[in-house]
Amino acid sequence: MNLKINGTDTTIDTPSLTVVELLKQQNVDMPDMVSVQLNGEILERDAFENTTVKDSDEVEFLYFMGGGAIDAG
Amino acid sequence: MIRLPKAIVDEIAAQANEEAPNEACGYLAGTDGTVRKRYPMTNVDASPDHFTLHPKEQFAVLKQAREAGLTLLAVYHSHPETPARMSDEDIRLANDPNTIYLIHSLLDGGTKGFTVDRDKSVTEVPVEIFE
Repeated sequence: MNLKINGTDTTIDTPSLTVVELLKQQNVDMPDMVSVQLNGEILERDAFENTTVKDSDEVEFLYFMGGGAIDAG
Repeated sequence: MIRLPKAIVDEIAAQANEEAPNEACGYLAGTDGTVRKRYPMTNVDASPDHFTLHPKEQFAVLKQAREAGLTLLAVYHSHPETPARMSDEDIRLANDPNTIYLIHSLLDGGTKGFTVDRDKSVTEVPVEIFE
């Protein structure tokens, strides 16, 4: 199927897969640390496992960004 | 290496001062390792020792940068009272091995860049500031 992933046309050699499977394929080791937008809608993280990506879908993902000037004591 | 126009460094410093005592944050976009544009972001934590970007704002900036022909090269934040170095919390929450984490310190005015690998090893990235 053909997807647009982070703005790039991408062909995936399977008819469908879940968001978690897609993230693994995109070398994302920790799906809990990314936000995913599917066809313009932000997905809740607990929906990653059960949401299926289909042909012509547009998927955006980016990493959670945070930090702070705190050192472990 | 990341190349930063001095004007953008000055803008980061100004934003950091404006938002102090809280941490300020944002994205830097550009091409071929040279920053062309700064996207200031909301620190949803509004905290002097922590920052978090809002995913909705992140996606919006990602698309704006892409439409401008730019790539997100770095995410920056300020340390209001500590040096420009990766704190334990910065390292713990650095999940993207492909971005540069830039820190601007209001303590000493320093600006430093770092990458963090999947195994959490930190490497300082040279920051070249040009006029």
